[in-house]
Amino acid sequence: MTEPVLSVRNLQVEFAARRGTLRAIDGVSFDIAKGEVLGVVGESGAGKSVTGLAVIGLIDPPGRIAGGEIRLAGLRIDNLPPEEMRRVRGKRIGMIFQDPLTSLNPLYKVGDQIVETIRTHLNLSESAARRRAIDLLAEVGIPAPEKRIDGYPHEFSGGMRQRVVIALAICAEPELIIADEPTTALDVSVQAQIISLIKRLGRDHGTAVMLVTHDMGVIAETSDRVAVMYAGRVAEIGPVQDVVKNPLHPYAKGLMGAIPTLAGEDKRLVQIPGSMPRLSAIPRGCSFNPRCASAFDRCRVDRPEPLSRGTQSVACHLYDTAPAETAA
Amino acid sequence: MLAFTLRRAIQAIGVMIAVGIIAFSMFRFAGDPVNQMVGMDTSGAERAAIRKSLGLDDPVIVQFGRYIGNAAQFKFGVSYQFRLPVTNLLIERMPATLELAICATIFAMVSGILMGVYSALRRDSWLAHVFQAVSLIGISLPTFLIGVLMIYLFSVTLGWLPSFGRGDVVHIGWWTTGLLTLTGLKALIMPSITLGLFQMTLIMRLVRAEMLEVMRTDYIRFARARGLTTRAIHFGHALRNTLVPVITVAGLQFGSVIAFAIITETVFQWPGMGLLFVQAVQNVDIPIMAAYLMMVSLIFVTINLVVDILYTIVDPRLRSTVSQAH
Repeated sequence: MTEPVLSVRNLQVEFAARRGTLRAIDGVSFDIAKGEVLGVVGESGAGKSVTGLAVIGLIDPPGRIAGGEIRLAGLRIDNLPPEEMRRVRGKRIGMIFQDPLTSLNPLYKVGDQIVETIRTHLNLSESAARRRAIDLLAEVGIPAPEKRIDGYPHEFSGGMRQRVVIALAICAEPELIIADEPTTALDVSVQAQIISLIKRLGRDHGTAVMLVTHDMGVIAETSDRVAVMYAGRVAEIGPVQDVVKNPLHPYAKGLMGAIPTLAGEDKRLVQIPGSMPRLSAIPRGCSFNPRCASAFDRCRVDRPEPLSRGTQSVACHLYDTAPAETAA
Repeated sequence: MLAFTLRRAIQAIGVMIAVGIIAFSMFRFAGDPVNQMVGMDTSGAERAAIRKSLGLDDPVIVQFGRYIGNAAQFKFGVSYQFRLPVTNLLIERMPATLELAICATIFAMVSGILMGVYSALRRDSWLAHVFQAVSLIGISLPTFLIGVLMIYLFSVTLGWLPSFGRGDVVHIGWWTTGLLTLTGLKALIMPSITLGLFQMTLIMRLVRAEMLEVMRTDYIRFARARGLTTRAIHFGHALRNTLVPVITVAGLQFGSVIAFAIITETVFQWPGMGLLFVQAVQNVDIPIMAAYLMMVSLIFVTINLVVDILYTIVDPRLRSTVSQAH
């Protein structure tokens, strides 16, 4: 097996708060292969975005990576000196943030921002970088790029700005793109365009993509594999069809069950009862146990470790005790 | 853009006329100017003749029209105490005040921005705390006290700097400058710092607050995610975004610097317009007071206009709203 582009092992991220340390990410592990799209899904506060920020090295104090390791094509990057990590950011890992309206500096022309990024990472002349910027804008689907390159961010619509942001993220041909809720702030019609753009770019360049979202629809459409996060841990990870059609973890089941369908009659929308625990009050044992219908005694004491079940991996005691009787 | 500038200019003229009304009314409420000009033994007929020759017996509205008309041509009448045209007196003293104000503003902006940027980026360093403490002193201590303390330290005790006056000046046309002689430069140091200290602390605190604000924005986070150098992020992206409010404050403060120069000029016996104004107040020399009022407002209004135009240069978003507006 070839080495994965991104390999995260037992990642822990902590935030120093007034009353002790809060652990936002607790033992997250996953791999992303070349050209693969990994969807990361979960409720707000599950640690999806923090995981993305940890990978690109942008966890700000009081937060810090407290344990585990992150490898980019074999190179360990979680403990790189700041200046070396800076060279990785933008060059080898591109990032797309949620809100395209605020991701661009309003005072600079989009072209200048792209050229600046290109010249930071690639040894190109001003004019070569500008030609490359025009090509990039064309590639992400901006019409008349040679004219639009001299526009200011406020002259672009939300969808067009997100395209510029994507152009910025891919301008140095990164091996990995982290897209943190790239479509949440956009219109539904534009969402589809952006999603297919990210997918196409990933395919054309063989870039690995980590797609953070809370939209299962986006995941189902785009991802090869999906990781379901809950309270700073990966509850379940596996190929997207398997996880969507046959979720194993009770939380993943609840999440898939909560997707409304047009076919369904006037049923009430399904909910998962309760809400995710605050970081300061994560229950003992499995963090999902207070909301879980299938919870038993062990769930309240023992923390479940990931278990392999076919193509999927699930952190749930239900699958530990009785491997023979599969998902009941 | 042109229409925008024109509209702002018309507004500015409106403001100036309003100030003109106030300046003019000073003449009418500060006693009879004729009494100020003549001795005790002047007869009633002579007073009436002076009054007539000065046009003081015309209806108020006619006098006001004449005053504004003259003011528009920079004629502000004759000083009661010096018996010279007020305009000449002001022009003669303007270079001193402007040089002082410009030096004070440059001092305030350069050190204010540097200190502000530093204390925003190295928030917890001891030097940042020192800057914060200094800025507190600068904001709370009155100008004259700082001036007097500096005179005591640098002129009386150490004898390094002159305690009053402009030193030697060089005439360039009608302009006199102290920037070209050593004594002139030395004389500028303390008054400039005294005058600029308040502005400096203001700018420093503003830059610090704005910079901290900007550093939290998404586009700075995105700039970091793009792998830009810290230097490019801090000085290319963050600082430029803090400059819009800084330009506003520094610009508007330039007017205050000229106005506050009254106190600094008095402390350092600086031969500028402020000192002239203080003497005018002591002698109820209303033409000078009125002219000074008009001139300071003119400076304020002009600066406002310039600041508005500068905005559009720094911030492209305003450029398009401005061009859409007409």
